Amino acid sequence: MKYLQALMLLIALMAPTRLWAVEPDEMLSDPTLEARARALSKELRCMVCQNESIDDSGAPLAHDLRVLVRDRIKAGDSDAQVLDFLVARYGEFVLLKPRLSWHTVALWGLPPAVLLVGAVVILMDLRRRRSGQAGQEQVNLTAAEEARLAELLRDRSAT
Amino acid sequence: MIPELGHYALMLALGLALIQGIMPIVGTRTNDPVLMSIAAPAALAQFVFVAIAFLALAECYVASDFSVLNVYENSNSAMPLIYRLTSIWGNHEGSMMLWVSILAFFGALVALFGNNLPATLKANALAVQAWIAVAFELFILITSNPFLRIADAPFEGRDLNPILQDPGLAFHPPMLYLGYVGFSIAFSFAIAALIEGRIDAAWARWVRPWVLGAWMCLTLGIAGGSYWAYYELGWGGFWFWDPVENASLMPWLAGTALLHSAVVMEKRGALKVWTILLAIIAFSLSLIGTFLVRSGVLTSVHAFAVDPTRGIFILAILVVFIGGALALYAWRAPLLKQGGLFAPISREGALVFNNLFLTSACATVFVGTLYPLALEALTGDKISVGPPFFNSTFGPLFIPLMLVMSFGPLLGWKRGDIVSAAQRLLAAAVLAAVAVAAAFAIEHGGPVLAPFGVGIAVFVMAGAVTDIAERTMILRLPMRASLMRAIGLPRSVWGTAFAHFGIGVTLLGIVAVTAWGSERIVAVKPGETIDVSHYRLTFDGVFNRPGPNYRDVVGHFTVRRASGDVIGAMEPSRRTFPARNMATTEAALMSRGFSQLYLSLGDPNPDGTVPVRLFFKPHVLMIWLGAIIMFFGGGLSLSDRRLRVGAPRPAKAKAKDKPVLQAAE
Repeated sequence: MKYLQALMLLIALMAPTRLWAVEPDEMLSDPTLEARARALSKELRCMVCQNESIDDSGAPLAHDLRVLVRDRIKAGDSDAQVLDFLVARYGEFVLLKPRLSWHTVALWGLPPAVLLVGAVVILMDLRRRRSGQAGQEQVNLTAAEEARLAELLRDRSAT
Repeated sequence: MIPELGHYALMLALGLALIQGIMPIVGTRTNDPVLMSIAAPAALAQFVFVAIAFLALAECYVASDFSVLNVYENSNSAMPLIYRLTSIWGNHEGSMMLWVSILAFFGALVALFGNNLPATLKANALAVQAWIAVAFELFILITSNPFLRIADAPFEGRDLNPILQDPGLAFHPPMLYLGYVGFSIAFSFAIAALIEGRIDAAWARWVRPWVLGAWMCLTLGIAGGSYWAYYELGWGGFWFWDPVENASLMPWLAGTALLHSAVVMEKRGALKVWTILLAIIAFSLSLIGTFLVRSGVLTSVHAFAVDPTRGIFILAILVVFIGGALALYAWRAPLLKQGGLFAPISREGALVFNNLFLTSACATVFVGTLYPLALEALTGDKISVGPPFFNSTFGPLFIPLMLVMSFGPLLGWKRGDIVSAAQRLLAAAVLAAVAVAAAFAIEHGGPVLAPFGVGIAVFVMAGAVTDIAERTMILRLPMRASLMRAIGLPRSVWGTAFAHFGIGVTLLGIVAVTAWGSERIVAVKPGETIDVSHYRLTFDGVFNRPGPNYRDVVGHFTVRRASGDVIGAMEPSRRTFPARNMATTEAALMSRGFSQLYLSLGDPNPDGTVPVRLFFKPHVLMIWLGAIIMFFGGGLSLSDRRLRVGAPRPAKAKAKDKPVLQAAE
């Protein structure tokens, strides 16, 4: 059911407008500038939509933002300047890839942290076990279970 | 009458679930085999009554009984039968009914086929399963009753949301739920093991088929949802990193990790404690997925606060089950003993590597999905986390996984020889290098890294083939002998090779379509042409076409090769549904090999032109084909397991199976 809710919302938001994103009359005639505009549009959020970039959204606001991005590009702004302009105007919320700052440290830091901590734990565990501290335990089964287990495991030596 | 019957059956099911949840646990505590043996019949009976409730709801939809609020709100007598049936789960209440039905179904399967389980494990696992059922049946009865009546029955229903009137709805939610809920079995077994305070390698053997089945369904469910979004939403994206999608990806990542760690546990008795934790995590993420989609918290934190009954209820379920499970884990896991030593370079080591990266990838998706919600709830700051974030964090975690994936199956258990594995992968590596060179030579434009993506995908696929080639000693033995070896290989080996090959196929599709797809957005008049890749489309005009409960405005396009010969026509449309006064874009797709032409239509302009979006999607079908191959691989492996789990005897003794099993009980 993962799409249902998003789709319903999408429909609700789009119903009065067109079910469409980038429109022909918005596009810039210079292909390199247009390509930059498209790439930037994918980084920017349509603020009234649910997690959609302005490149994908058919909402009127997304249309206005797409035109705005193209206006800035035509005015000679660099990509960074366009983003700065939009952040100054609409806040960090407009960026689909949040900038690293004190309140996004955990967001950006967690993936590498999980990887590092996981790796360290695994290495320590391996070292501890190889130094022989971990016992050569075997589960203490009842006699009946022992027999059943042997039966279950008997045919599996193939791999 | 029918809806009342359904409502009553659901209450009875709740009562049975309570019995199933209490008596067997008491039985295992007091060592009372009679109380323990209540679990299985109670689970079966509970399934029967849940099924009656579900069928009653289905009958209301089939008969278009608009005196039932849920049917009135989501169905319409003009809809074809298939959509009247699928609209059962096209809404909140009905989809929760589906959830509970699948849960009860799995419980019944354990009750039926769990004859070779130890009595206490079976009793405890079914009891835990029953507690999940109790929670969700209460949730339905208290907050989301699909059987509510309207005093003054309307003549006509309000229709199903048009975008859901699609075969995708028949397939995608049930598959996804089979996956989500399938992990509940692993969860129940994990909790049962923690309650008992002991666990052995056989535990993994019992649980693996369930995990594998759930993983297969989830794989296909996610792929199906992705394809559905691709053709239905009208702009040809196949993955959006939307929270609802992430909600299904997280259990998949955790489930994939669980699948691999359970192998280690079964074969080598190692990673027990970790496998138990993964089983808890996989189902917890399924619950969180349900919560994210069902509570409205995604729309915004505020929408959640406005009507919080359902959200709070699901949140309570989350806290009780996840919190309870983790607390139990913290308390009991130290009692479980670790076993199985292995060197870092070994099959186990490779699988640990797999688990480390899959878990990190899962954590990345988790934090990216929930961080904005948490930040807003805690500080009020609003940030967005979208595709660019996930692409730059998830990608780097997946690449090492892909590179190492081919090594795993070639390493020996306990202590592997990396040099020999590398030598055996030499052919695969050469093939990958050729693919990189070819991609550089053939394709122009596109990101510089894309050919390396192709190389990784080819390496993964060739690595999977290498594994089979090595085991069958093809080209080294006579053909006939190799063939005999191929037939003799365990099916799980074939399953692994197919599933890994499928990953490579999917990756290849993703790389090709992302890097080399082309797109045209233009407004055309009849008679005008649009060129994309090697194709030329001529717009012939627009006409109207009525459907059962909608009408289409269809654009007709003739498709030609660049050389000029006609290869077909494409007819994208704008579809209007009068019952809800809504429109959808019905894109037209034309497959050329694995590639597709994708055409969608905008609203006609006043000046007579029609805006169109035309894409050429190179090798896009590989994305979903890969998922189907993974599903097939899972199925092969599952058929192997079932054979062995269901009948733990050599094949020759098959005829005597039944009595032997009972004796073993």
